[in-house]
Amino acid sequence: MRLKGKLAVLAVMAVATVIIYLFIQVGSNWDYVLPRRGMKVVAMLLTAGAIAFSTLVFMTITNNRILTPSIIGLDSLYLLIQTVVIFAFGSATLTMMDSHFQFLLTIGLMVLFSALLYQVLFKKEGQNIYFLLLVGIILGTFFESISTFMQVLIDPNEFQIVQDRMFASFNNVNTDLLWIAIISVIFVAMYLTRFVKYLDVLSLGREQAINLGVDYDAVVKRLLTVVAILISVSTALVGPITFLGLLVVNVAHEFLKTYRHNYLIAGSILIGIIAVVGGQLIVERVFTFSTTLSVIINFIGGIYFIYLLLKESKSWLA
Amino acid sequence: MVSVKNVTKKYGSKKVVDHVSLKIKKGKLTSFIGPNGAGKSTLISMISRLIARDEGEIYIDDREISTCKSNDLAKKISILKQSNHINLRLTVKELVSFGRFPYSQGRLTAEDMEQINRAIQYVNLEDIQDKYLDQLSGGQRQRAYIAMVIAQDTEYILLDEPLNNLDMKHSVQIMKILRKLVDEMGKTVIIVIHDINFASVYSDYIVALKDGKIIKEGPADEIIHQDVLKDIYDMDISIEQINRCKICVYFA
Repeated sequence: MRLKGKLAVLAVMAVATVIIYLFIQVGSNWDYVLPRRGMKVVAMLLTAGAIAFSTLVFMTITNNRILTPSIIGLDSLYLLIQTVVIFAFGSATLTMMDSHFQFLLTIGLMVLFSALLYQVLFKKEGQNIYFLLLVGIILGTFFESISTFMQVLIDPNEFQIVQDRMFASFNNVNTDLLWIAIISVIFVAMYLTRFVKYLDVLSLGREQAINLGVDYDAVVKRLLTVVAILISVSTALVGPITFLGLLVVNVAHEFLKTYRHNYLIAGSILIGIIAVVGGQLIVERVFTFSTTLSVIINFIGGIYFIYLLLKESKSWLA
Repeated sequence: MVSVKNVTKKYGSKKVVDHVSLKIKKGKLTSFIGPNGAGKSTLISMISRLIARDEGEIYIDDREISTCKSNDLAKKISILKQSNHINLRLTVKELVSFGRFPYSQGRLTAEDMEQINRAIQYVNLEDIQDKYLDQLSGGQRQRAYIAMVIAQDTEYILLDEPLNNLDMKHSVQIMKILRKLVDEMGKTVIIVIHDINFASVYSDYIVALKDGKIIKEGPADEIIHQDVLKDIYDMDISIEQINRCKICVYFA
């Protein structure tokens, strides 16, 4: 079939990128190089998959192709947590703190925050999804302002540490954390399989979804919680990188031109893998680590975003 | 039978639907008429569980709708709203296939395909079934949506202003399809409609709402009456018999 053919092309490209990444200039120290690169690749696959999937789900629920989950303020909250820890306890504590504890704390707070946000939305009937987004934007800006305020006050050396965490980076992925991340993503994926079939119907909008027998509020609430968990895991693992989702999901939509989420999910994840692993390859081999992946992704993503806006405004006029 | 008992819906302090009780007969075409803001669309949305009610009960075949599973209800009752804007680029056939979701949960069986084809035939869209919705005219698109509802194969079909923005020819086409659904397939069709002449000619029963209350209900013949219409619309509307149809003249 046509769609399956396209997916096969993507799969081949993804595998090829991963293989190139693993084996380029591997030299003679295989024992040393391969496990290290392998670990990075696993982290990249996990992040790419989590971001691609959660952005796709978020766009389907909001029926909007230029919104990413970062709009509800999860990225800003992540930075706020990091800043507060350094502001209150100093960077020494952060480095000394058990990494598992810190990881779980960050994820816990982020999931708690989104749960509270959704509670506001679903408590009262008739609040639409845009209300949630509006509250999210305002809180996100609020978090950012507090973070900036604290960052101005702290010692410049401490600020350096915060700044490190402001950009996603695969250059120093913590192996211990990787295992918790893998396990949590696997659990989430198992939980999700029941809801995937609803995604096609949800893309028709709320009323059609209810008409077709989807328990809309319950399903959307669960999906949004899953989105929050996936975003939190990947952010805590490598840093804020949600812009990647915008890029990847839109390319998947343009490339596959289908509404069927079975294909869209697979397509976005594969494109995500190609973008992340390919981008990291460029970071390491072309820029020799002088920049981070998120800078490249944000640069390309930003250009694509502007293109999308221009295209949308044209189709509005036409 | 759909029975509505003492249902109220408030937006803020304004009662949009005010303690409405109503029984809708099976196997008939019932029209809701009334001026703008009378609560017709709100009532139909509550019956189809799209919006929650503040008070009262709604029974479909003796089961309260809030005690039913959403998926089971989707096999009994379907709703088509007036603004069915969909962001996706779908072909007619793909849209109609969505109607089978309550049965197939996304995996279409041979029986589903048969129902889909039958629904498309029913609204005469076979030759353009692979065209995209945005390439269709308003009337064709509305028929495609109706085909989706037919594929959903529910006993009760609710439509909120199905003739919105359609010309006479397409309006008549749609109303004939709805009449056929009632007469040939034994469906119960409930519509919200503004054109009282379509209501008069095509429906079995008419329910007239005003300010959130039912002010009159009964067989179409009884409602299309000068005094009754005066109560509903505050207008003097004269009624003429043309080809055994009662036609209201309200243009001057």
